[in-house]
Amino acid sequence: MVDSAVITEEVQKQGSTLLQRLLRRQALWVTVALIVICILMGFLSDSFATVENFSNVTLNFSFIGIIAVGMTAVIITRGIDLSVGSVMGLSGVVCGLVLASGAPIEAGIAAGLLSALACGAVNGYLIAFLNLSPFVVTLGMLSIARSLALVVSNNKMFYEFGPDEDIFVEMGGGSLLGVSNPTWALLILALIFGFMLNFTAWGRHVIAVGSNEQAARLTGVPVKAVKMSVYLLSSLTAGISAIMIVGWMGAVTNALGMTYELRVIASAVIGGADLMGGVGSAFGAVIGAALIEIIRNGLLMAGVDPYWQGAFIGIFIILAVLLERIRHRREE
Amino acid sequence: MSTETHQEDCALGEPFLELRCIHKHFGAIQAVKSVSFTISPGEVIGLMGDNGAGKSTLVNIMAGNYPPSGGEIYMEGKRVHFSKPVHARKNGIEVVYQDLALCDHLSAAHNVFLGQELKKGFGPFRILDSETMYTVAGDLFRELKSETRPRDLVREMSGGQRQAVAIARTRLNSARLILMDEPTAAISVRQVSEVMELIKRLQHDGIAVLLISHRMPDVFAVSERIIVLRRGQIVADKPIACSSPEEVTGLITGAIERA
Repeated sequence: MVDSAVITEEVQKQGSTLLQRLLRRQALWVTVALIVICILMGFLSDSFATVENFSNVTLNFSFIGIIAVGMTAVIITRGIDLSVGSVMGLSGVVCGLVLASGAPIEAGIAAGLLSALACGAVNGYLIAFLNLSPFVVTLGMLSIARSLALVVSNNKMFYEFGPDEDIFVEMGGGSLLGVSNPTWALLILALIFGFMLNFTAWGRHVIAVGSNEQAARLTGVPVKAVKMSVYLLSSLTAGISAIMIVGWMGAVTNALGMTYELRVIASAVIGGADLMGGVGSAFGAVIGAALIEIIRNGLLMAGVDPYWQGAFIGIFIILAVLLERIRHRREE
Repeated sequence: MSTETHQEDCALGEPFLELRCIHKHFGAIQAVKSVSFTISPGEVIGLMGDNGAGKSTLVNIMAGNYPPSGGEIYMEGKRVHFSKPVHARKNGIEVVYQDLALCDHLSAAHNVFLGQELKKGFGPFRILDSETMYTVAGDLFRELKSETRPRDLVREMSGGQRQAVAIARTRLNSARLILMDEPTAAISVRQVSEVMELIKRLQHDGIAVLLISHRMPDVFAVSERIIVLRRGQIVADKPIACSSPEEVTGLITGAIERA
Protein backbone atom coordinates (compact mmCIF):
# COMPACT_ATOMS: atom_id res chain seq x y z
CA MET A 1 0.00 0.00 0.00
CA VAL A 2 1.32 3.37 -0.98
CA ASP A 3 -0.26 6.31 0.77
CA SER A 4 -0.36 9.79 -0.70
CA ALA A 5 1.94 11.28 1.93
CA VAL A 6 4.75 9.03 0.77
CA ILE A 7 4.09 10.02 -2.81
CA THR A 8 4.18 13.75 -2.13
CA GLU A 9 7.33 13.29 -0.12
CA GLU A 10 8.80 11.38 -3.01
CA VAL A 11 7.76 14.10 -5.44
CA GLN A 12 9.26 16.79 -3.23
CA LYS A 13 12.50 14.88 -3.01
CA GLN A 14 12.61 14.51 -6.77
CA GLY A 15 11.65 18.15 -7.22
CA SER A 16 14.41 19.44 -4.99
CA THR A 17 17.01 17.28 -6.66
CA LEU A 18 15.80 18.53 -10.03
CA LEU A 19 16.28 22.13 -8.91
CA GLN A 20 19.65 21.28 -7.38
CA ARG A 21 20.66 19.55 -10.56
CA LEU A 22 19.69 22.60 -12.58
CA LEU A 23 21.60 24.92 -10.27
CA ARG A 24 24.64 22.72 -10.58
CA ARG A 25 24.71 23.12 -14.33
CA GLN A 26 27.39 25.50 -15.47
CA ALA A 27 25.41 26.44 -18.59
CA LEU A 28 22.77 28.03 -16.34
CA TRP A 29 25.30 30.24 -14.59
CA VAL A 30 26.90 31.21 -17.88
CA THR A 31 23.45 32.20 -19.14
CA VAL A 32 22.99 34.39 -16.08
CA ALA A 33 26.42 35.94 -16.65
CA LEU A 34 25.51 36.51 -20.29
CA ILE A 35 22.30 38.33 -19.38
CA VAL A 36 24.04 40.47 -16.75
CA ILE A 37 26.77 41.47 -19.20
CA CYS A 38 24.17 42.31 -21.85
CA ILE A 39 22.24 44.54 -19.43
CA LEU A 40 25.43 46.26 -18.27
CA MET A 41 26.57 46.85 -21.82
CA GLY A 42 23.13 48.16 -22.73
CA PHE A 43 23.61 50.91 -20.15
CA LEU A 44 27.23 51.61 -21.03
CA SER A 45 26.92 51.80 -24.79
CA ASP A 46 24.14 53.17 -26.98
CA SER A 47 25.12 51.07 -29.97
CA PHE A 48 25.22 47.75 -28.04
CA ALA A 49 21.52 47.04 -27.64
CA THR A 50 20.65 47.61 -31.28
CA VAL A 51 19.13 45.12 -33.70
CA GLU A 52 22.10 45.60 -35.99
CA ASN A 53 24.68 44.80 -33.32
CA PHE A 54 22.61 41.88 -32.07
CA SER A 55 22.49 40.24 -35.48
CA ASN A 56 26.18 40.97 -35.95
CA VAL A 57 27.02 39.25 -32.66
CA THR A 58 24.79 36.22 -33.28
CA LEU A 59 26.25 35.79 -36.75
CA ASN A 60 29.79 35.95 -35.37
CA PHE A 61 29.26 33.33 -32.72
CA SER A 62 27.25 31.03 -34.96
CA PHE A 63 30.30 29.89 -36.94
CA ILE A 64 32.15 29.07 -33.72
CA GLY A 65 29.05 27.67 -32.02
CA ILE A 66 28.37 25.17 -34.82
CA ILE A 67 31.80 23.59 -34.27
CA ALA A 68 31.46 23.90 -30.48
CA VAL A 69 28.48 21.52 -30.70
CA GLY A 70 30.67 18.86 -32.31
CA MET A 71 33.51 19.64 -29.92
CA THR A 72 31.20 19.17 -26.95
CA ALA A 73 30.48 15.61 -28.06
CA VAL A 74 34.22 14.92 -28.27
CA ILE A 75 34.92 16.49 -24.87
CA ILE A 76 32.11 14.46 -23.23
CA THR A 77 33.96 11.29 -24.27
CA ARG A 78 37.02 12.69 -22.52
CA GLY A 79 38.66 13.52 -25.83
CA ILE A 80 39.75 16.70 -27.55
CA ASP A 81 39.84 17.76 -31.18
CA LEU A 82 42.55 20.33 -31.90
CA SER A 83 42.22 19.94 -35.65
CA VAL A 84 38.84 21.67 -36.20
CA GLY A 85 40.34 25.01 -37.30
CA SER A 86 42.56 23.36 -39.91
CA VAL A 87 39.80 20.99 -41.02
CA MET A 88 37.63 24.04 -41.49
CA GLY A 89 40.37 25.59 -43.66
CA LEU A 90 40.76 22.46 -45.78
CA SER A 91 37.03 21.96 -46.14
CA GLY A 92 36.48 25.60 -47.16
CA VAL A 93 39.30 25.55 -49.70
CA VAL A 94 38.15 22.26 -51.24
CA CYS A 95 34.59 23.56 -51.47
CA GLY A 96 35.81 26.85 -53.01
CA LEU A 97 38.08 25.06 -55.48
CA VAL A 98 35.34 22.72 -56.71
CA LEU A 99 32.85 25.58 -57.08
CA ALA A 100 35.42 27.79 -58.83
CA SER A 101 35.98 25.02 -61.35
CA GLY A 102 32.37 25.49 -62.45
CA ALA A 103 30.78 22.57 -60.60
CA PRO A 104 27.21 22.83 -59.28
CA ILE A 105 26.66 23.82 -55.66
CA GLU A 106 25.81 20.27 -54.53
CA ALA A 107 29.21 19.05 -55.72
CA GLY A 108 31.00 21.88 -53.93
CA ILE A 109 29.21 21.25 -50.65
CA ALA A 110 29.66 17.48 -50.90
CA ALA A 111 33.37 17.89 -51.61
CA GLY A 112 33.77 20.26 -48.67
CA LEU A 113 31.92 18.00 -46.24
CA LEU A 114 33.61 14.82 -47.48
CA SER A 115 37.08 16.31 -47.06
CA ALA A 116 36.15 17.26 -43.49
CA LEU A 117 34.72 13.80 -42.80
CA ALA A 118 37.88 12.20 -44.17
CA CYS A 119 39.93 14.10 -41.59
CA GLY A 120 37.47 13.05 -38.88
CA ALA A 121 37.65 9.42 -39.99
CA VAL A 122 41.44 9.43 -39.73
CA ASN A 123 41.29 11.06 -36.28
CA GLY A 124 38.60 8.66 -35.11
CA TYR A 125 40.32 5.56 -36.44
CA LEU A 126 43.65 6.37 -34.81
CA ILE A 127 42.03 7.30 -31.50
CA ALA A 128 39.36 4.59 -31.27
CA PHE A 129 41.05 1.61 -32.86
CA LEU A 130 44.75 2.23 -32.26
CA ASN A 131 44.23 3.84 -28.86
CA LEU A 132 46.41 6.84 -29.62
CA SER A 133 46.03 9.95 -27.50
CA PRO A 134 43.39 12.35 -28.91
CA PHE A 135 45.65 15.30 -28.12
CA VAL A 136 48.53 14.02 -30.22
CA VAL A 137 46.45 12.67 -33.10
CA THR A 138 44.41 15.84 -33.55
CA LEU A 139 47.51 18.02 -33.09
CA GLY A 140 49.02 16.09 -35.99
CA MET A 141 45.83 16.56 -38.00
CA LEU A 142 45.93 20.29 -37.21
CA SER A 143 49.23 20.44 -39.07
CA ILE A 144 48.28 18.00 -41.84
CA ALA A 145 44.93 19.56 -42.74
CA ARG A 146 46.39 23.07 -42.80
CA SER A 147 49.21 21.91 -45.02
CA LEU A 148 46.73 20.13 -47.33
CA ALA A 149 44.71 23.34 -47.54
CA LEU A 150 47.87 25.08 -48.77
CA VAL A 151 48.63 22.31 -51.25
CA VAL A 152 45.08 22.18 -52.62
CA SER A 153 44.72 25.95 -52.93
CA ASN A 154 48.29 26.49 -54.09
CA ASN A 155 48.09 29.59 -51.90
CA LYS A 156 45.42 31.15 -54.12
CA MET A 157 42.24 32.86 -53.04
CA PHE A 158 38.90 31.68 -54.43
CA TYR A 159 36.15 34.26 -54.81
CA GLU A 160 34.22 33.03 -57.84
CA PHE A 161 31.89 30.21 -57.05
CA GLY A 162 30.64 29.02 -60.43
CA PRO A 163 27.09 28.79 -61.80
CA ASP A 164 25.37 28.56 -58.40
CA GLU A 165 27.31 31.42 -56.81
CA ASP A 166 24.14 33.32 -55.87
CA ILE A 167 22.66 30.40 -53.98
CA PHE A 168 25.98 29.63 -52.29
CA VAL A 169 26.50 33.20 -51.11
CA GLU A 170 22.88 33.46 -50.00
CA MET A 171 23.22 30.24 -48.00
CA GLY A 172 26.00 31.61 -45.82
CA GLY A 173 25.23 35.34 -45.97
CA GLY A 174 21.43 35.41 -46.16
CA SER A 175 18.83 35.33 -43.47
CA LEU A 176 15.36 34.02 -42.81
CA LEU A 177 12.78 35.79 -40.61
CA GLY A 178 15.45 38.25 -39.56
CA VAL A 179 17.80 35.52 -38.32
CA SER A 180 20.94 34.83 -40.32
CA ASN A 181 21.27 31.42 -41.94
CA PRO A 182 24.37 30.35 -39.97
CA THR A 183 22.43 31.07 -36.77
CA TRP A 184 19.61 28.85 -38.03
CA ALA A 185 22.17 26.17 -38.77
CA LEU A 186 23.54 26.49 -35.25
CA LEU A 187 20.09 26.28 -33.66
CA ILE A 188 19.07 23.26 -35.72
CA LEU A 189 22.37 21.46 -35.04
CA ALA A 190 22.19 22.21 -31.33
CA LEU A 191 18.61 20.93 -31.16
CA ILE A 192 19.49 17.73 -33.01
CA PHE A 193 22.56 17.15 -30.85
CA GLY A 194 20.67 17.92 -27.65
CA PHE A 195 17.98 15.46 -28.66
CA MET A 196 20.51 12.76 -29.57
CA LEU A 197 22.42 13.26 -26.33
CA ASN A 198 19.35 12.97 -24.10
CA PHE A 199 16.99 10.69 -25.93
CA THR A 200 19.04 8.11 -27.79
CA ALA A 201 21.22 5.21 -26.71
CA TRP A 202 24.06 6.87 -28.62
CA GLY A 203 23.82 9.86 -26.27
CA ARG A 204 23.96 7.66 -23.15
CA HIS A 205 26.93 5.82 -24.64
CA VAL A 206 28.82 9.04 -25.35
CA ILE A 207 28.42 10.01 -21.70
CA ALA A 208 29.27 6.50 -20.51
CA VAL A 209 32.51 6.40 -22.50
CA GLY A 210 33.64 9.70 -20.98
CA SER A 211 32.44 8.82 -17.50
CA ASN A 212 33.99 5.35 -17.17
CA GLU A 213 35.35 3.85 -20.36
CA GLN A 214 36.16 0.50 -18.74
CA ALA A 215 32.63 0.16 -17.38
CA ALA A 216 31.21 1.07 -20.76
CA ARG A 217 33.30 -1.60 -22.43
CA LEU A 218 32.37 -4.26 -19.86
CA THR A 219 28.65 -3.57 -20.19
CA GLY A 220 28.77 -3.97 -23.95
CA VAL A 221 28.78 -0.33 -25.08
CA PRO A 222 30.45 -0.18 -28.54
CA VAL A 223 33.20 2.11 -27.26
CA LYS A 224 35.22 2.19 -30.49
CA ALA A 225 32.22 3.07 -32.65
CA VAL A 226 31.15 5.77 -30.19
CA LYS A 227 34.61 7.37 -30.26
CA MET A 228 34.72 7.17 -34.05
CA SER A 229 31.32 8.86 -34.25
CA VAL A 230 32.25 11.87 -32.13
CA TYR A 231 35.37 12.68 -34.16
CA LEU A 232 33.34 12.34 -37.37
CA LEU A 233 30.72 14.65 -35.88
CA SER A 234 33.32 17.17 -34.82
CA SER A 235 34.85 17.29 -38.30
CA LEU A 236 31.43 17.42 -39.93
CA THR A 237 30.48 20.49 -37.89
CA ALA A 238 33.82 22.09 -38.90
CA GLY A 239 32.90 21.40 -42.55
CA ILE A 240 29.39 22.85 -42.19
CA SER A 241 30.77 25.95 -40.52
CA ALA A 242 33.42 26.29 -43.24
CA ILE A 243 30.90 26.17 -46.07
CA MET A 244 28.66 28.73 -44.42
CA ILE A 245 31.49 31.12 -43.57
CA VAL A 246 32.90 30.94 -47.10
CA GLY A 247 29.46 31.83 -48.51
CA TRP A 248 29.14 34.69 -46.03
CA MET A 249 32.61 36.09 -46.73
CA GLY A 250 32.32 35.50 -50.46
CA ALA A 251 35.93 34.34 -50.61
CA VAL A 252 38.18 31.70 -49.12
CA THR A 253 41.90 31.41 -48.50
CA ASN A 254 43.89 28.63 -46.88
CA ALA A 255 44.10 30.70 -43.69
CA LEU A 256 40.40 30.07 -43.00
CA GLY A 257 39.76 28.87 -39.46
CA MET A 258 43.29 29.55 -38.23
CA THR A 259 43.34 29.36 -34.38
CA TYR A 260 39.57 28.74 -34.32
CA GLU A 261 40.18 25.56 -32.32
CA LEU A 262 41.00 27.68 -29.29
CA ARG A 263 37.76 29.64 -29.43
CA VAL A 264 35.77 26.48 -30.12
CA ILE A 265 37.26 24.59 -27.18
CA ALA A 266 36.85 27.67 -24.99
CA SER A 267 33.16 27.86 -25.95
CA ALA A 268 32.55 24.23 -25.10
CA VAL A 269 34.41 24.47 -21.79
CA ILE A 270 32.79 27.75 -20.73
CA GLY A 271 29.45 26.14 -21.62
CA GLY A 272 30.12 23.43 -19.05
CA ALA A 273 31.74 20.61 -21.03
CA ASP A 274 34.12 18.89 -18.60
CA LEU A 275 37.53 17.96 -20.02
CA MET A 276 37.55 15.08 -17.51
CA GLY A 277 34.65 13.57 -19.45
CA GLY A 278 31.01 12.68 -18.86
CA VAL A 279 29.58 16.21 -18.75
CA GLY A 280 28.46 18.65 -21.42
CA SER A 281 25.39 19.90 -23.27
CA ALA A 282 24.32 21.28 -26.63
CA PHE A 283 22.86 24.35 -24.93
CA GLY A 284 26.18 24.89 -23.15
CA ALA A 285 28.08 24.91 -26.44
CA VAL A 286 25.80 27.61 -27.84
CA ILE A 287 25.79 29.71 -24.70
CA GLY A 288 29.57 29.41 -24.28
CA ALA A 289 30.15 30.64 -27.83
CA ALA A 290 27.68 33.46 -27.22
CA LEU A 291 29.43 34.57 -24.02
CA ILE A 292 32.83 34.79 -25.69
CA GLU A 293 31.44 36.83 -28.57
CA ILE A 294 29.49 39.14 -26.26
CA ILE A 295 32.62 39.81 -24.24
CA ARG A 296 34.61 40.52 -27.40
CA ASN A 297 31.90 42.78 -28.73
CA GLY A 298 31.34 44.47 -25.40
CA LEU A 299 35.03 45.26 -24.95
CA LEU A 300 35.15 46.66 -28.44
CA MET A 301 32.09 48.84 -27.78
CA ALA A 302 33.52 49.99 -24.48
CA GLY A 303 36.54 51.23 -26.37
CA VAL A 304 39.01 48.73 -24.90
CA ASP A 305 42.10 48.21 -27.05
CA PRO A 306 41.35 45.08 -29.14
CA TYR A 307 44.80 43.75 -28.27
CA TRP A 308 43.39 42.95 -24.84
CA GLN A 309 40.64 40.65 -26.16
CA GLY A 310 42.71 37.48 -25.98
CA ALA A 311 43.61 38.17 -22.35
CA PHE A 312 39.98 38.63 -21.32
CA ILE A 313 38.81 35.50 -23.14
CA GLY A 314 41.67 33.55 -21.60
CA ILE A 315 40.69 34.72 -18.13
CA PHE A 316 37.12 33.60 -18.73
CA ILE A 317 38.25 30.12 -19.81
CA ILE A 318 40.36 29.71 -16.68
CA LEU A 319 37.57 31.08 -14.47
CA ALA A 320 35.09 28.61 -15.95
CA VAL A 321 37.35 25.64 -15.21
CA LEU A 322 38.23 27.00 -11.78
CA LEU A 323 34.56 27.38 -10.81
CA GLU A 324 33.93 23.82 -11.94
CA ARG A 325 36.77 22.55 -9.73
CA ILE A 326 35.60 24.50 -6.70
CA ARG A 327 32.09 23.16 -7.09
CA HIS A 328 33.34 19.58 -7.41
CA ARG A 329 35.40 19.95 -4.27
CA ARG A 330 32.45 21.27 -2.31
CA GLU A 331 30.36 18.30 -3.45
CA GLU A 332 32.95 15.89 -2.15
CA MET B 1 16.64 -26.00 -3.37
CA SER B 2 18.90 -24.35 -0.87
CA THR B 3 19.08 -27.28 1.49
CA GLU B 4 20.66 -29.87 -0.73
CA THR B 5 23.11 -31.75 1.35
CA HIS B 6 24.94 -34.00 -1.04
CA GLN B 7 26.94 -31.84 -3.31
CA GLU B 8 28.59 -34.91 -4.78
CA ASP B 9 25.19 -36.09 -6.00
CA CYS B 10 24.53 -32.72 -7.57
CA ALA B 11 27.68 -32.97 -9.59
CA LEU B 12 26.25 -36.05 -11.30
CA GLY B 13 23.56 -33.93 -12.98
CA GLU B 14 24.64 -31.89 -15.94
CA PRO B 15 26.66 -28.93 -14.71
CA PHE B 16 25.75 -25.48 -15.94
CA LEU B 17 29.36 -24.51 -16.47
CA GLU B 18 32.45 -26.63 -16.67
CA LEU B 19 36.05 -25.45 -16.81
CA ARG B 20 38.58 -28.00 -18.03
CA CYS B 21 42.29 -27.49 -17.54
CA ILE B 22 42.13 -23.72 -17.86
CA HIS B 23 45.53 -22.04 -18.15
CA LYS B 24 46.34 -18.38 -18.37
CA HIS B 25 49.72 -16.76 -18.55
CA PHE B 26 50.71 -13.16 -18.95
CA GLY B 27 54.14 -13.26 -20.52
CA ALA B 28 56.24 -15.41 -18.26
CA ILE B 29 53.80 -15.20 -15.36
CA GLN B 30 51.54 -18.21 -14.97
CA ALA B 31 48.41 -16.71 -13.39
CA VAL B 32 46.15 -19.76 -13.60
CA LYS B 33 47.40 -23.33 -13.88
CA SER B 34 45.29 -26.27 -14.99
CA VAL B 35 42.10 -25.22 -13.24
CA SER B 36 39.08 -27.50 -13.60
CA PHE B 37 35.75 -27.32 -11.82
CA THR B 38 32.05 -27.39 -12.46
CA ILE B 39 29.18 -25.19 -11.37
CA SER B 40 25.68 -26.65 -11.11
CA PRO B 41 22.48 -24.64 -11.48
CA GLY B 42 21.56 -22.78 -8.31
CA GLU B 43 24.80 -23.58 -6.57
CA VAL B 44 26.57 -21.01 -4.41
CA ILE B 45 30.31 -21.46 -4.44
CA GLY B 46 32.85 -19.50 -2.47
CA LEU B 47 36.11 -18.86 -4.29
CA MET B 48 38.91 -17.93 -1.92
CA GLY B 49 42.60 -17.27 -2.19
CA ASP B 50 45.28 -14.82 -1.31
CA ASN B 51 46.04 -11.73 -3.40
CA GLY B 52 47.58 -12.86 -6.65
CA ALA B 53 46.26 -16.41 -6.30
CA GLY B 54 44.47 -16.04 -9.64
CA LYS B 55 40.89 -15.37 -8.51
CA SER B 56 40.37 -12.26 -10.59
CA THR B 57 42.06 -13.81 -13.63
CA LEU B 58 39.68 -16.75 -13.38
CA VAL B 59 36.67 -14.45 -13.11
CA ASN B 60 37.86 -12.46 -16.11
CA ILE B 61 38.18 -15.65 -18.14
CA MET B 62 34.66 -16.78 -17.23
CA ALA B 63 33.31 -13.28 -17.96
CA GLY B 64 34.86 -13.16 -21.44
CA ASN B 65 37.35 -10.41 -20.66
CA TYR B 66 40.46 -12.55 -21.21
CA PRO B 67 40.70 -15.52 -23.53
CA PRO B 68 42.34 -18.44 -21.69
CA SER B 69 45.82 -19.43 -22.86
CA GLY B 70 44.71 -23.06 -22.76
CA GLY B 71 41.86 -25.29 -21.67
CA GLU B 72 38.19 -25.49 -22.49
CA ILE B 73 34.92 -24.06 -21.21
CA TYR B 74 31.68 -25.98 -21.57
CA MET B 75 28.18 -24.76 -20.91
CA GLU B 76 25.60 -27.48 -20.46
CA GLY B 77 27.92 -29.85 -22.29
CA LYS B 78 28.62 -27.56 -25.21
CA ARG B 79 32.02 -26.00 -25.83
CA VAL B 80 31.91 -22.21 -25.72
CA HIS B 81 34.37 -19.40 -26.50
CA PHE B 82 33.92 -16.01 -24.91
CA SER B 83 35.94 -13.37 -26.68
CA LYS B 84 33.86 -10.44 -25.41
CA PRO B 85 31.92 -9.78 -22.19
CA VAL B 86 28.76 -9.66 -24.28
CA HIS B 87 29.21 -13.32 -25.27
CA ALA B 88 29.31 -14.42 -21.66
CA ARG B 89 26.22 -12.32 -20.92
CA LYS B 90 24.34 -13.88 -23.84
CA ASN B 91 25.13 -17.28 -22.35
CA GLY B 92 23.63 -16.32 -19.02
CA ILE B 93 26.77 -15.30 -17.12
CA GLU B 94 26.70 -11.91 -15.40
CA VAL B 95 29.45 -10.26 -13.40
CA VAL B 96 29.44 -7.81 -10.52
CA TYR B 97 32.88 -6.27 -10.74
CA GLN B 98 34.87 -5.24 -7.72
CA ASP B 99 34.87 -1.59 -8.84
CA LEU B 100 31.22 -2.11 -9.89
CA ALA B 101 31.79 -0.75 -13.41
CA LEU B 102 29.38 2.18 -13.01
CA CYS B 103 29.27 5.50 -14.83
CA ASP B 104 29.11 8.34 -12.31
CA HIS B 105 27.48 10.78 -14.70
CA LEU B 106 24.50 8.60 -15.58
CA SER B 107 21.40 7.94 -13.51
CA ALA B 108 20.98 4.68 -11.61
CA ALA B 109 18.43 3.41 -14.13
CA HIS B 110 20.60 4.28 -17.13
CA ASN B 111 23.49 2.47 -15.49
CA VAL B 112 21.35 -0.62 -14.96
CA PHE B 113 20.42 -0.60 -18.65
CA LEU B 114 23.82 0.53 -19.95
CA GLY B 115 24.63 -1.26 -23.21
CA GLN B 116 21.12 -2.77 -23.40
CA GLU B 117 18.89 0.30 -23.27
CA LEU B 118 15.16 -0.01 -23.79
CA LYS B 119 13.97 1.85 -26.85
CA LYS B 120 10.67 2.78 -28.39
CA GLY B 121 9.67 3.85 -31.89
CA PHE B 122 10.94 2.12 -34.98
CA GLY B 123 13.61 2.25 -37.62
CA PRO B 124 16.16 5.03 -37.31
CA PHE B 125 13.81 6.95 -35.01
CA ARG B 126 14.19 4.68 -32.02
CA ILE B 127 14.55 6.74 -28.90
CA LEU B 128 15.24 5.78 -25.30
CA ASP B 129 12.29 4.62 -23.28
CA SER B 130 13.54 6.25 -20.10
CA GLU B 131 10.19 6.10 -18.29
CA THR B 132 10.04 2.31 -18.55
CA MET B 133 13.69 2.05 -17.57
CA TYR B 134 13.02 4.14 -14.45
CA THR B 135 10.05 1.93 -13.57
CA VAL B 136 11.86 -1.37 -14.13
CA ALA B 137 14.98 -0.20 -12.30
CA GLY B 138 12.80 1.06 -9.43
CA ASP B 139 11.16 -2.37 -9.18
CA LEU B 140 14.55 -4.07 -9.16
CA PHE B 141 15.83 -1.81 -6.39
CA ARG B 142 12.70 -2.48 -4.37
CA GLU B 143 13.21 -6.21 -4.88
CA LEU B 144 16.73 -5.76 -3.55
CA LYS B 145 15.28 -3.79 -0.63
CA SER B 146 17.48 -0.87 -1.57
CA GLU B 147 16.56 2.79 -1.17
CA THR B 148 18.25 3.65 -4.44
CA ARG B 149 16.20 6.05 -6.56
CA PRO B 150 16.35 5.29 -10.28
CA ARG B 151 16.67 8.93 -11.37
CA ASP B 152 19.57 9.84 -9.10
CA LEU B 153 23.02 10.14 -10.57
CA VAL B 154 25.37 7.37 -9.42
CA ARG B 155 27.88 10.09 -8.49
CA GLU B 156 25.63 11.09 -5.58
CA MET B 157 25.20 7.60 -4.15
CA SER B 158 26.49 5.70 -1.13
CA GLY B 159 28.52 2.50 -1.42
CA GLY B 160 25.51 0.31 -0.71
CA GLN B 161 23.35 2.07 -3.28
CA ARG B 162 26.07 1.71 -5.89
CA GLN B 163 26.27 -1.98 -5.05
CA ALA B 164 22.53 -2.28 -5.58
CA VAL B 165 22.84 -0.67 -9.01
CA ALA B 166 25.57 -3.12 -10.01
CA ILE B 167 23.57 -6.10 -8.77
CA ALA B 168 20.30 -4.87 -10.29
CA ARG B 169 22.08 -4.85 -13.64
CA THR B 170 22.64 -8.61 -13.43
CA ARG B 171 18.92 -9.16 -12.86
CA LEU B 172 17.86 -7.67 -16.19
CA ASN B 173 18.75 -10.67 -18.24
CA SER B 174 17.84 -14.17 -17.26
CA ALA B 175 21.24 -14.73 -15.71
CA ARG B 176 21.98 -18.30 -14.65
CA LEU B 177 25.35 -17.67 -13.09
CA ILE B 178 26.47 -14.51 -11.35
CA LEU B 179 30.13 -13.95 -10.64
CA MET B 180 30.58 -11.59 -7.70
CA ASP B 181 34.05 -10.16 -7.28
CA GLU B 182 34.46 -8.96 -3.68
CA PRO B 183 30.87 -7.68 -3.41
CA THR B 184 31.25 -6.83 0.26
CA ALA B 185 34.69 -5.22 0.18
CA ALA B 186 33.57 -1.60 0.26
CA ILE B 187 30.30 -1.55 2.17
CA SER B 188 29.05 -1.30 5.72
CA VAL B 189 28.18 -4.25 7.95
CA ARG B 190 24.43 -3.72 7.57
CA GLN B 191 24.81 -3.65 3.82
CA VAL B 192 26.85 -6.86 3.92
CA SER B 193 23.92 -8.74 5.36
CA GLU B 194 21.76 -7.26 2.62
CA VAL B 195 24.10 -8.63 0.00
CA MET B 196 24.10 -12.03 1.76
CA GLU B 197 20.30 -12.03 1.73
CA LEU B 198 20.40 -11.18 -1.93
CA ILE B 199 22.69 -14.09 -2.72
CA LYS B 200 20.30 -16.43 -0.93
CA ARG B 201 17.42 -15.03 -2.95
CA LEU B 202 19.33 -15.56 -6.18
CA GLN B 203 20.01 -19.14 -5.17
CA HIS B 204 16.34 -19.62 -4.36
CA ASP B 205 15.56 -18.56 -7.94
CA GLY B 206 17.90 -21.24 -9.24
CA ILE B 207 20.71 -18.86 -10.10
CA ALA B 208 24.23 -20.04 -9.40
CA VAL B 209 26.59 -17.63 -7.66
CA LEU B 210 30.36 -17.69 -7.58
CA LEU B 211 31.33 -15.54 -4.62
CA ILE B 212 34.88 -14.26 -4.65
CA SER B 213 35.68 -12.85 -1.25
CA HIS B 214 38.35 -12.26 1.31
CA ARG B 215 35.83 -12.37 4.10
CA MET B 216 35.62 -15.81 5.62
CA PRO B 217 32.29 -15.21 7.48
CA ASP B 218 30.57 -14.14 4.26
CA VAL B 219 31.72 -17.19 2.37
CA PHE B 220 30.71 -19.57 5.16
CA ALA B 221 27.34 -17.86 5.59
CA VAL B 222 26.04 -18.51 2.10
CA SER B 223 28.22 -20.99 0.22
CA GLU B 224 27.50 -24.67 -0.26
CA ARG B 225 30.88 -25.42 -1.68
CA ILE B 226 34.27 -23.84 -1.41
CA ILE B 227 37.13 -23.66 -3.87
CA VAL B 228 40.52 -22.47 -2.71
CA LEU B 229 43.14 -21.20 -5.12
CA ARG B 230 46.81 -20.92 -4.32
CA ARG B 231 49.39 -19.74 -6.85
CA GLY B 232 47.00 -20.29 -9.71
CA GLN B 233 46.05 -23.82 -8.76
CA ILE B 234 43.05 -25.34 -7.03
CA VAL B 235 44.12 -26.74 -3.67
CA ALA B 236 40.64 -27.56 -2.38
CA ASP B 237 37.17 -28.05 -3.89
CA LYS B 238 34.79 -29.48 -1.32
CA PRO B 239 31.39 -29.02 0.35
CA ILE B 240 31.59 -26.27 2.89
CA ALA B 241 30.08 -28.58 5.52
CA CYS B 242 33.23 -30.68 5.32
CA SER B 243 35.52 -27.73 5.83
CA SER B 244 36.17 -25.08 8.45
CA PRO B 245 37.48 -21.54 8.49
CA GLU B 246 40.69 -22.84 10.08
CA GLU B 247 41.24 -25.33 7.30
CA VAL B 248 40.53 -22.73 4.62
CA THR B 249 42.96 -20.29 6.20
CA GLY B 250 45.59 -23.00 6.19
CA LEU B 251 44.87 -23.77 2.55
CA ILE B 252 45.08 -20.14 1.54
CA THR B 253 48.40 -19.56 3.25
CA GLY B 254 49.88 -22.90 2.32
CA ALA B 255 50.08 -24.24 5.85
CA ILE B 256 47.87 -27.05 4.59
CA GLU B 257 49.08 -28.35 1.24
CA ARG B 258 45.83 -29.71 -0.17
CA ALA B 259 42.40 -30.83 1.02
